Amino acid sequence: MSLRSPLGKVRGLGSAKEGVAHWWAQRMTAVALVPLLVWFVASICAMIGADYGAVRDWIATPMVSIMLVLLTIAVFHHAQLGLQVVLEDYVHTEWLKIASIGIVKFAAIGLAVATIFSIVKIALG
Amino acid sequence: MAANNRPLSPHLQVYKPQLTTFMSITHRATGIALAVGTLMLVCWLIAAATGESAFNEVQAFLGSIIGRLLLLGWSFALFYHMCNGLRHLFWDTGKGFEIETAYMTGRVVIAASILLTIGAWLWGYAAMGAI
Repeated sequence: MSLRSPLGKVRGLGSAKEGVAHWWAQRMTAVALVPLLVWFVASICAMIGADYGAVRDWIATPMVSIMLVLLTIAVFHHAQLGLQVVLEDYVHTEWLKIASIGIVKFAAIGLAVATIFSIVKIALG
Repeated sequence: MAANNRPLSPHLQVYKPQLTTFMSITHRATGIALAVGTLMLVCWLIAAATGESAFNEVQAFLGSIIGRLLLLGWSFALFYHMCNGLRHLFWDTGKGFEIETAYMTGRVVIAASILLTIGAWLWGYAAMGAI
């Protein structure tokens, strides 16, 4: 028995080759997050007790600003991919599932933009 | 809906709880917790960009008992999710699925996340000059 759709048979094309896009993006962001988070946690541990000026000086260091922006992008991309799977697994009302996934994606983009803007403002301010 | 009358396969409660299943759901739970915890990081950075008084308010909250408990939970969640995520990446290569190996790597992940959490907090308190 073939599992191909009639349209797929007619066209004679294979899959769209995008079946693993979500899975792959989750793995790639995971790999990126390991060094980024080790660096971030170590930096924060070393900075505990630092005041406002010291923290701003740290964020404004070019290498730190770049690492923080990369961290923000990887974190929010990874988080929204993961939360999407959780919602797909547990929310069984179709409209609620689509709406909640949409809210998560909008929130991830909004929070990432706000975070990156804050980093850039400090870096260039 | 007719679909609701379909017979269901046995659900979780018929199975004995195991380390591997517990660690699997904990990976998901820590992932959700980390997504929520990231909001605090966002607040911290926005406050740093806003001004000194906003920053000091966020710092005061993070330094309070509730703030420290949340940070403790988030730091453990982060280390657990990272260590168990590496275990998942190892599985993605097609290796490590033998029962003994899965239990061994699971125990390593739990031990590593606890040790990393303790290490990070000792480092933080040392940086503060508290120890």
